[in-house]
Amino acid sequence: MLRLPPIDYRSPQRLEEVIATLASENVRLVAGGTDLWPNMKRRHQLADTVVSLMSVPGLRGIEHGKDGVKIGALTSLADIVRDDKMRALWPAFTRAVASISSPPLRSMATIGGNLCVDTRCTYYNQTEEWRRSIDYCLKEKGTICWVATKSPRCWAHSASDSAPILCALDAQVKLIGPDGERVIPVSALFRDDGIDYLCKKSDEILTELLIPAGSDQDHCRSAFWKLRRRGSIDFAVLSVAAAVWTDTKNTVTRATVYLGAVGSSPVSIDVESLLVGQPLNEDLIKQVAQRAQKAATPMDNTDFAAAWRGKMANNYTHAALNEIAGLPVRCAPPKHGLTVV
Amino acid sequence: MPKSDSKPAVKASKDNPELRLIGTPFRRVDGRTKVTGQLQFADDLSFPRMVYVKLVRSTVPHANIKNIDCSEARKMPGVVDIMLGEELPVPYGILPVSRDEHALAINKVRFVGDPVAAVAALTEDQAHEAALAVKVKYEVLPTIDSIQTALKTPEPRIHEYGDEGNLHKKVSLEFGAVDEGFEQADVVLEDTVFFQGNTHLPIEQHAAVAVAEDEDRVTLYSSTQTPHYVHRALARVLQIPASRIRVIACSVGGGFGGKTDPFNHEIIVTKLALKLGRPVKATLTREEVFYCHRGRHPVLMNLRTGFRKDGSMTAQHLRTALDGGGYGSYGVASTFYTGALQTTTYTLPAYRFEAVRAFTNKPPCGPKRGHGTPQPRFAYEIHLDKAAEKLRIDPAELRLRNLLPANSVTANWLEVGSTGLRQCIEAVVAGSGWKERYGKLPEGRGLGLACGAYMCGAGLPIYWNHMPQSGVQLKLDRSGGVAIFCGQAEVGQGSDSVLAAIVAEILGISLADVRLCVADTDLTPVDLGSYSSRVTLMMGQAAMQAAERARELIAKAVGAQLEIPENYLVFADNRVFYSGDPDKGLSFSEAVIAAEARFGTLGTTGSYTPPRAPGRYRGAGVGPSPTYSFTAAILEVEVDPQTGLYNVDHVWLAHDIGRAINPVLVLGQIEGSVYMGLGEAIMEEQEFRRLPKRLSPSLVHKMPSLLEYKSPGFHDMPEITSYLVETDDERGPFGAKEVGQGPLLPIMPALANAVYDAVGVRVDQVPIRPDLVLKGLQAKAKGKEARVGPANFPEIDFGDPVLVHTPEQGGDGRAVDDPKAKRRTGVGSSTGTMKERDQALKEKDSAALTTN
Repeated sequence: MLRLPPIDYRSPQRLEEVIATLASENVRLVAGGTDLWPNMKRRHQLADTVVSLMSVPGLRGIEHGKDGVKIGALTSLADIVRDDKMRALWPAFTRAVASISSPPLRSMATIGGNLCVDTRCTYYNQTEEWRRSIDYCLKEKGTICWVATKSPRCWAHSASDSAPILCALDAQVKLIGPDGERVIPVSALFRDDGIDYLCKKSDEILTELLIPAGSDQDHCRSAFWKLRRRGSIDFAVLSVAAAVWTDTKNTVTRATVYLGAVGSSPVSIDVESLLVGQPLNEDLIKQVAQRAQKAATPMDNTDFAAAWRGKMANNYTHAALNEIAGLPVRCAPPKHGLTVV
Repeated sequence: MPKSDSKPAVKASKDNPELRLIGTPFRRVDGRTKVTGQLQFADDLSFPRMVYVKLVRSTVPHANIKNIDCSEARKMPGVVDIMLGEELPVPYGILPVSRDEHALAINKVRFVGDPVAAVAALTEDQAHEAALAVKVKYEVLPTIDSIQTALKTPEPRIHEYGDEGNLHKKVSLEFGAVDEGFEQADVVLEDTVFFQGNTHLPIEQHAAVAVAEDEDRVTLYSSTQTPHYVHRALARVLQIPASRIRVIACSVGGGFGGKTDPFNHEIIVTKLALKLGRPVKATLTREEVFYCHRGRHPVLMNLRTGFRKDGSMTAQHLRTALDGGGYGSYGVASTFYTGALQTTTYTLPAYRFEAVRAFTNKPPCGPKRGHGTPQPRFAYEIHLDKAAEKLRIDPAELRLRNLLPANSVTANWLEVGSTGLRQCIEAVVAGSGWKERYGKLPEGRGLGLACGAYMCGAGLPIYWNHMPQSGVQLKLDRSGGVAIFCGQAEVGQGSDSVLAAIVAEILGISLADVRLCVADTDLTPVDLGSYSSRVTLMMGQAAMQAAERARELIAKAVGAQLEIPENYLVFADNRVFYSGDPDKGLSFSEAVIAAEARFGTLGTTGSYTPPRAPGRYRGAGVGPSPTYSFTAAILEVEVDPQTGLYNVDHVWLAHDIGRAINPVLVLGQIEGSVYMGLGEAIMEEQEFRRLPKRLSPSLVHKMPSLLEYKSPGFHDMPEITSYLVETDDERGPFGAKEVGQGPLLPIMPALANAVYDAVGVRVDQVPIRPDLVLKGLQAKAKGKEARVGPANFPEIDFGDPVLVHTPEQGGDGRAVDDPKAKRRTGVGSSTGTMKERDQALKEKDSAALTTN
């Protein structure tokens, strides 16, 4: 099997110690390890020292309050899926988390890790030997982005299923670093760059996630649609997360749509200029879906044909908003595609 | 729930009142050890002082090796040895006609993943690190990335042998009056079709451990389907007598044809074990399994058929072009197989078959479940669907009208014995409600039908010889236990259970009293291995013979002791007793004691040699089989016209199994075949990335991982309704035929046909990706041809055809210009006796190609 390179592994019990360790050269942070360990076996994301958060107490758990829900960064995806209150209040979030990978991996993977998951590309997520044979790529060791050979930037795509829906639901994250803590919107955590995809300093630790009560099922309606080949395991090749707030007359007061896996970060679609002040109807949804297709930049670096994925951004956005509006969903995803556990 | 059409027919006789085990769903003999994890696969083995091997593989697709620098790697911790190609100079290959592989590349590499050096170290980690430190300098050669490039680029040659340039093999055969046939047709239909390559994807990655016993003897444990062929390759490459090499095939965690070649890592660990005097192990990574490959060839096909108005066929012309990858492997056989079985399902009076296999800089292709047959079967069955539409005949009816009758000799001289294809079609037509529903379902929902036929064991062995293809030896003693020795390899298909059940049935003992010793070249008689769906039939016949001989000895002894005529003795319930008075008899162990006392130490053998097929032309060696299995399947699909995404909702599949030895194992093979077929039909692709030529020569496997090489999961599986059609073939043990490969064949074309019924789009290629369906729908919306598939078949000079008269024309099985052609007369008169084989050998009759 693939082997890990030799590393110095530490698992301190105090957060300060983890932060202090991060200050030294060539250190990486690990939580559930479902992303980092396979990456290291393929010899990217290399490090001399790997420091684990898993022994630090207090970073795990789901706390429902009147402001919303606080989720510790080390909470496993399986624990989130199992939380009945979460499913009742933020069903699209539960649906997104339930769609991540497979049950064994969801037991190990953490929500903080999923938000920070490395961007992906079929030229990059390969073994050291494979990447030698293409002389590496821009994301690591190489000089060319093989997806777009004239591009000065890396086009690896965002791979987090929780990110687009958390952006759409106005969620926030708490970051703790040597200079103290700060709270930022999830949408501000990401940068549209395949290499430098997080606006988090290397010695900052994502410790907590907050989904506000204002985006729960009593205040807005949300949807999450994911396109992938199989009913489990696969990363999204496209995801659509949408949330719509309406007043008592069913007029839209606020709306968010984010696309996943068709850009290096979750892609925000400008929908408010179309929807606010209007009741959600088929015609407006069609226009939003067209905007989504335009905003998506699917590249030939995932499963499925890139051009078709772009077209699907339209269909899936349409379907997600139809679901929210209670309109018939014509686009039929594979039956196995979405099953809420 | 799967159901069986009929109950086992019992050939009641005085010595066999009824079958007790055969035909019942008994528990497989290796089931408990497998589900409890007790069973040891090759990678579970560990020996004191064992070292680990990691192969350094080529990072360029086509190059001369200028230099291999191991200096840094040799200094790394734990490194015991680094071996290069010069230490193993003798080439090997599964087919005697293409021994083109070296365990480690010498001077030249032919694809990304071709091994160039072997690093042995004390731990797997150390071997891995040191392998990364080996530096290889290459002089890059032009990259041959496809059939088309190979046709256009005769130089530089990937290999210095082959029919021409980078074309490994060319075939041109003509059976009967093909041109006349087309002239007589009312309608001539032509299709160009592409079948993408795909791989076996066994869950167990290949592993091998070699243990040197002393300087002269070595044992290899390996996850192989063909220990006998590995044994031969080792003797050849290591240049030591075969008698000093012992190959043991461990239980295999899935093979599907991917473990039927002798592999470089097997040779390397054996060589290193002898060299280092300590056990040596290699376990491949998933990525390396993609490089070993030997999977489904990508095949571009052109099929032209003449039909009369009544649906009967007048002639067919099939052209195939195979992308073979970097080595020969089974490729010559695969090439013939893309045409050989085309005649076995429907009556075809005249048939022209032309084929070419190209060498390309990719992992070598070879046999995957169905070996060369799924591709042309896909073309044929969608072709028939189109013909049915054109001729306004129901697709099921068209097939029924054309069924090849039982006991036919086909235009290309295959002897087809029993056939249950009619019952198969009728079963799925009835089960799916075809007559009421086909063509009448709402837009977006459709049904598709397809059929297939497959061999029950290749008629000829890989290498020319006149020995049996399977041998079984029994040892009986006073304990009452029976030990069975046979070279066959259990690869998950259940062959151990079939072997045990046949012997237990005949001797009337329980499975618990049978002990198996299998797949050990030191201890077991040769069986050629688990390929070509040969084991149940060939091993089964050998086992029957050995068991019947044992029963005869015991009956003689018991008959004498109890003064009962032998043929009135019944073997059942662990007893041997008088049929007229069941109380009069002996326990089985007492019976064995009686026999041992009378005859001395007891042992019997059985063996099986297939009958010789009547074809005598060059290429006739590929396709013959003792008998053929038949399958029909109907798929129901729901297509979303907005996206092209679709679901397969239900599969109805009927298989002519001859006789189910164990219906549960049969159903398992059917469901496994449906699963694998759906994978090929819907998503699986062994796809490669050619980097922009101006920037790089690179040609890499697009996704050599279990995550990104898309293959369905169990939750992606539809409902399956299986029907077992039992035809009691006289050539099969207890009437049994194969089931390991045949049921896969109709799945891919049935899906294409169902998609057409659902939305009117023809996808003439697999996999049938949703973007292709959508492309067809968009074309249809614009009033264009709603077809997606290859535009044309390249111009290829296949050479002058070898003309063979068909049985109908009064041919003799030989090529028309063959000087021996006039010597033989009669249709299918050959009986395949050993005497005839000896005679043929004496005549140095090499006309029949000696491959599977």
